[in-house]
This record gives sequence, structure tokens and C-alpha cells, in this order.
Amino acid sequence: MAADFNWAVGGEAGDGIDSTGKIFAQALSRAGRHVFTSKDFASRIRGGYTAYKVRTSVDKVQSVVDRLDVLIALTPRTIEENLEELHEGSVIIYDGERTTMQDVEIPDGMIGIDVPLKRLAEEAGGAIMRNVVALGAACEVAEFPIENLDSALEKRFADKGQKLVDNNKEAARAGQSYVDEEYDHEFDYDLETTDEDYVLLNGDEAIGMGAIAAGCRFYAGYPITPATDVMTYLTGRIERYGGHVVQAEDELSAINMALGAARGGARSMTATSGPGIDLMTETFGLIATSETPLVICNVMRSGPSTGMPTKQEQGDLNQMLYGGHGEVPRFVLAPTTISECFWKTVEAFNLAEKYQLPVYLTADLSMAVTEETFPPEAFDMDEVEVDRGKVVDEADIDDHMSESGGFQPHEITDDGVSPRAFPGTADGAHMSTGLEHDEQGRRTEDTEMRVEQVDKRNRKVETAREREDWSPREFGDEDADTLVVTWGSNEGALAEAVEFLADDGLDVRVLSVPYIFPRPDLSEDVEAAENVIVVECNEQGQFADLVEHDVLARVDRINKYNGVRFKADELADDIKATLAEGVEA
Amino acid sequence: MSSDIRFTDFKSDKQPTWCPGCGDFGTMNGMMKALAETGNDPDNTFVVAGIGCSGKIGTYMHSYALHGVHGRALPVGTGVKMARPDIEVMVAGGDGDGYSIGAGHFVHAVRRNVDMTYVVMDNRIYGLTKGQASPTSREDFETSTSPEGPKQPPVNPHALALASGATFIAQSFSSDALRHQEIIQKAVEHDGFGFVNVYSPCVTFNDVDTYDYFRDSLVDLKEEDHDPSDKEAAKDVIFDDETEHQGIIYQDEESVPYHERHGVDEDMSVIPDGAPEGATDLVREFY
Repeated sequence: MAADFNWAVGGEAGDGIDSTGKIFAQALSRAGRHVFTSKDFASRIRGGYTAYKVRTSVDKVQSVVDRLDVLIALTPRTIEENLEELHEGSVIIYDGERTTMQDVEIPDGMIGIDVPLKRLAEEAGGAIMRNVVALGAACEVAEFPIENLDSALEKRFADKGQKLVDNNKEAARAGQSYVDEEYDHEFDYDLETTDEDYVLLNGDEAIGMGAIAAGCRFYAGYPITPATDVMTYLTGRIERYGGHVVQAEDELSAINMALGAARGGARSMTATSGPGIDLMTETFGLIATSETPLVICNVMRSGPSTGMPTKQEQGDLNQMLYGGHGEVPRFVLAPTTISECFWKTVEAFNLAEKYQLPVYLTADLSMAVTEETFPPEAFDMDEVEVDRGKVVDEADIDDHMSESGGFQPHEITDDGVSPRAFPGTADGAHMSTGLEHDEQGRRTEDTEMRVEQVDKRNRKVETAREREDWSPREFGDEDADTLVVTWGSNEGALAEAVEFLADDGLDVRVLSVPYIFPRPDLSEDVEAAENVIVVECNEQGQFADLVEHDVLARVDRINKYNGVRFKADELADDIKATLAEGVEA
Repeated sequence: MSSDIRFTDFKSDKQPTWCPGCGDFGTMNGMMKALAETGNDPDNTFVVAGIGCSGKIGTYMHSYALHGVHGRALPVGTGVKMARPDIEVMVAGGDGDGYSIGAGHFVHAVRRNVDMTYVVMDNRIYGLTKGQASPTSREDFETSTSPEGPKQPPVNPHALALASGATFIAQSFSSDALRHQEIIQKAVEHDGFGFVNVYSPCVTFNDVDTYDYFRDSLVDLKEEDHDPSDKEAAKDVIFDDETEHQGIIYQDEESVPYHERHGVDEDMSVIPDGAPEGATDLVREFY
């Protein structure tokens, strides 16, 4: 792999750190370089510090590393926060004329580049452009052609007028020439450019774009870190495709609005994070039992309770698998890369409608706030397929009527999937309810119908298990003795870790699993390996539990779910019958 | 297709299990008649029901319907209407569903002014759980969970609506069939959120707010020279604690419903087999 370059800008919240970092990332991407960004929201020392970090190479980069080559430090604390990442020869760009930076000490072995950012910015048209002066300085240090920065500045400020664009370009050049004139140090960096075209986007944006591509027309949500970007992305864009975004009064409302739109026949979704999932769980059983297709996106953050809202965790796996009272069929998808966020969103909508159930689409904070470059073909809209499942219209609705002439939205079928009729379909009027119901959706407590409906709903999951592809992604050495299993956003870091391990002579096989439920059966892979390691961002190893569960020998089961308790004589008979069939190993 | 629609077309084949004499029978009849009179039919109507005795209404009416989670009927109706502006949406629930567990949604549904009708079957009691205080129960109304009365004032739903920017506020009485139907009909016809609180007596658990009580005390605003477009007059009616009123309390004739303000006018159920036209523009934005 070509040498990577690690860069950051850091300061106080409110210093324009995000926007500055994004401009530099955009410039690199437009220069045909791969980019992988990350954000430090919170401090190791105390609050207020924030940083935007960029890792770039001409080869694909898909992880962060503990190294920083060039740092733009707007505050002394930015240096302190990054001491571990900075190394011998690292360059620190700062404004020695800024009061707080006057006495700053550049650690031994590092190169301090003192640039009067504010003064040069004022000369170019305004102090507000001081970060852009710093970007120009960084271009000079890294030998990165400043024209690429121009291109990013044009994109950023295009709607603010040419004058502002020109001022910013001038500010960048002021920073560049200052370093050129004042420092004759030879820096070892050479950020070459390529002719490749890349797009730069984060996981939330990929999910939002996937939703529009999949024909999602309705989104209701309540702002929450780190899922808000999904909503922000859709706002102003989904309207261009005939859709609408509503900011609900809370997550209880958001999911019920999304449910209403889905009952109306729209592809509909909501996105939230753990605390929002807690509230939405109230409605989860209703979605499943009324057999409503709905995509619920959970961008996980560190919990429990308010936890660490701006920190990474994959702690909601069990909640998504088991949350809600009663037994609720559901699918749980966990895209493993940012481009997969797009494709799994499309898939989530298709699965939701084909099997008429709620689908959790889960990403996590690190994926949500990370921007990564991809060739635009990674989001080829011509490849998007929309499968709405068993929707009936006026022509074929007669095949799904009860003897008394009522439409049967919960018809008992072999594959468990029943017909759907959208409002407005003649003769399709029907009731849907969270109560147990008959084939027409009318409330029932009939013990046999109860069992038939439960079985029918579960049969959909079995059907999906057989019909759909639930394979994991595999990489590394397929013959290695060591199997590493992971899920969700860890794939990128693991893919690069495998290269580090190979350099040390250690080969591993990796299975990166995007499907939590249904999920691939890994029991043969697990049993064939000498060592099995499950990697995930949580304390309890929630996915590891599932892997262990899947390889365990089975017990026999006696289950009753018709609404009546066990009776002694019946239970004795059941146990005898089970034993007669033989206990399976 | 609407000219030959009769209100009985909105009746399902399930017999109501409401107690004999329950106010909800009359409330439901008025709703069905209003829907038929306004040219709707079961296949273009969506009824959302809450939880409680009132929530059973979705089962007894015939239309597209969802009987949802306690207190969340309004958000569901909002979603249906936004996705399907072509569909008539009616949301029904009780005083507990609307003013207790769902009170937060009520305020915001009113603010949004989505073009739908909200019928609250207000019996001032929790009936399905066998008689506990509701948010509209009187301060001294004795129940199993409030032996000396709730000792807190009842919610004033009309005031809540007015304060939230309502464009249509009305009160009816389930037993005054013609007037009730007329009021619901006005709410259906209103361009925006048509809110009707219906006195719908519980004959089993509420021996205070009875048919006789309402018959004797109700004053009809129609006979009172009340101008519904006059907000100040509406305020006087709403904060008059001495009198039970029925009629259109307030109607903003200039009401602009949500879908007009936000340009949400498409049937969202119709989508192409692949990505929508122009979707590649979304990718280009990320260059």
C-alpha cells in the first residue's frame, strides 16, 4: 500500500473545525486521492475540544490509525490532545500571534510552523478565513497542489457568490506563500494526485441516499446524535423525488407516522439512536403483528441511558433482536461499510415489503460521522431494484376474499406472506390491529386462529431464510487456522489489520457479517477453525453470544402459544411424544 | 362511486361489544353518516383508532383502518394522510387516549393542521379498565383509584386546542344524533385539522356525566348567536366553566392545511421499479 498521510485540524467547538476539515477532505478527494475521515467530538482532558481528522492515500483507506503527520492547532489543547498520535517530524501549524498560542511549546522533535493566520486572513478579506489560510499552509507543507483546494472552496462557497470564493482562494494562497517564503525546511510529504473520480460521503448520507434510491417517500424522525444526518440529508432532497420529511414531536410519534405512511402504501422509514429505539419499541410489536413493512434505522451510540452520546458503541444488538414484549418477527441488517449502507438500505426496503415486517437497519456512530471516498460506480443507480412483494390491485383482489366477501390481509399462505391492498383499492377495505386477528384482520381470541397467525408470521422468516442470500463477506486467508468474525462497521479496520498481521507472518480468515437476523449459519466455519475470535464494539460480546448459540447442540422444545396455559395431563403426553421421537443430538 | 354509498356501507359485520346504551354507538353512527354524506366510501377512507372502549370503533366500522398503540392514533393518521392526500382520514379515540397518554401528540397534531378529522369520544372515565379517573373527570369524581376524586382540575381540551393554534374546534353530544352528525360533517369538510370532542356517556361507570346531565345542561351555540370565526368569542365559550356547550366553537375560514403549506400532494404509494429518475444527481453531489 502506498504511504498514507494523516492530517488533522483541531480547536474549540465553534472554531469551524468541521467545515475546515471537510474542505480539505473534499480537496483530496477531488485530486483523486482516497480519504477516510474521523471526528473527535470530545476531549480526553476536558470539554470543548473538537477535531476533524483525515487519512489519505492513493490506495483505499478504510480505517483510522494512531498517527498524525500534520496538525493545524488552533488551541494549545489541540496539541495536548494529540500527543500520542504526533511523532518525530510531525508538523504543527499554528498562529503564534493568537493570544492563547503565544507561549505554546512545540514538543521536541516536531516542527512548528508559525503562520499569522488571522492577520493574513484579514488582509485577504476577513478574519473568518483564518482556517483557510491554515489549509493553504498545509498544502505547502504536504506538497499538495493548491488548485485542488480551490476546487473544494468553490464547491463549499459557490452559493455565497464569486467574491467570497475568490477571497478564500486568496487566503489559501497567502498561507501557502507565507510557508514557502518563511520556511526552507524540506518536508517529506508529497501528496500526488491521480485522475480517479471519487465521491466522498458518510454513512448517514449513504443511508439517506439509499432510501431515496429505494423509493422511500416518507420519513418521520426526531433529531438525535448520531442519526440526525439521515434526516438532514433527506430534508430538501427527498422532496425532489416526491417525498416528504416530518420532524415529529418525539420518537413515539415518528415511528407511528412512519407506520401510518406505510399503511398508506408508501415506502417509509425513520432513523434514530438507542434512546429513540427505546421509545419506538412500544410500537414495534404493532408493526410486526399488523404485518406492516417499515425500515427503522438505528445509528448506535454509546449507552446505556444517555451514555456517551458522541462516542462509538455497538451495544444495541440484543435490543434490536429481542426488544418488545411478546414474540416479534423482525429482520436486523448491519451494513459493514459506508457503500454497503446504501445497498443494505435498498435491501431493507425490499425485505420489509416482500415479508411485510419491520426491518432494523443498524449503523453506528463511527460509520455515521466518517466520510470515505468511493468510485461513483459504487452507487450505480441502474443496479437498484425495487420489489414490493405481494401487492394486489383491483384485478386480482378477488382471489383473496373470505367466504363472506372480505379482503384477507392476513391470509394463511404456504410461504406465510399474505396479500397487501393499499387504501383506495376497490373492495380492499380492511382492518389492521395489534390485537390477534383472523385472516381479515378482525380481532379474535380463537385458540386455533391464534396459532395459525403466529405460525404464519414466523413462516415468513423461514421463507426469507430460504429465499434470500444471507452470506457474510469473507477476506483474509481462507485456509487460516484462526477465524475472526465481526459485524457492522469494524470491517474496514479489520481489513487493514489483516494486512498488518500478514506482515508479521500471521494469517487469519475473516467473516464480516452484515446480517444479524436472519444470519448465516457459521457453525461449520467455527468448528473448522482452531481459534475463533469475535470482534465487536461492546463489553458483553452480544454477537459472540449468538455465534456460540448457533454452534450449541439443540435441546428439544415444547412450546404452547394459543393463549391457554399448560395442563398437567397434556404436558405429560407432550413429553412422552417428544421422547418417542428421540432426543436429537 | 360515492353517490350510491349509504352510511351502512361503513358498518362492519362485527357486532359491537360496547355496553347497551353506550354513547359510542351514537358517536359512531354520526361518523359513518358524515363520511357517507361527504361523498366518501369505505375503500377511500382510513380510520385510525386508539386503545380503550372507543378504540374498538375500527373493528365495528368498515373501511381501511388501523387499531394502533394507546395514545398514538394521531401520528398514525398524520402519516396516512401525508402519504395519501387522496384518502379521507378520520382518527377516533377516547379522552384517555387523546388527553392523557396521547396529549403530547394532540398538541402537535393541532399545530400541524393536517387535513383530517379527530373525534374524541369523551366519557370522562376509563371504561375498559372498569372505571378509573380520566383526564376529563371532574375534580371530585370518585373512582376506584381516586376514592375522594382526582383532586386536580380536568383538562380543557378545547383550550388546549386553541392554545395550539387550532383551526377547527367543536363539541357535540352522541345522543343528539342529527346535530352530532352535522358537526362531524363540518369537521370532515374543514380544510385542515377538524377537532370534535364528543360527549359520549359511559352508562356503566360514570353516574355523573350521564345522558340526562348533558340533555339538561347542553347549550347549543347555534342558538346563541355565536360567531365561530370570532376567536375572542371562542375563548369566552371555552373558558366558560359554568356551561356545557355544543356546536362549532371556532373555525378559521382562512385555514391552510399542512399539505398546501408543504406541497405534499402526491400519492406516495406509486413508485418506479428502480431508482427514481434523476437519482444519479444524488451521487454527483458527493464529488
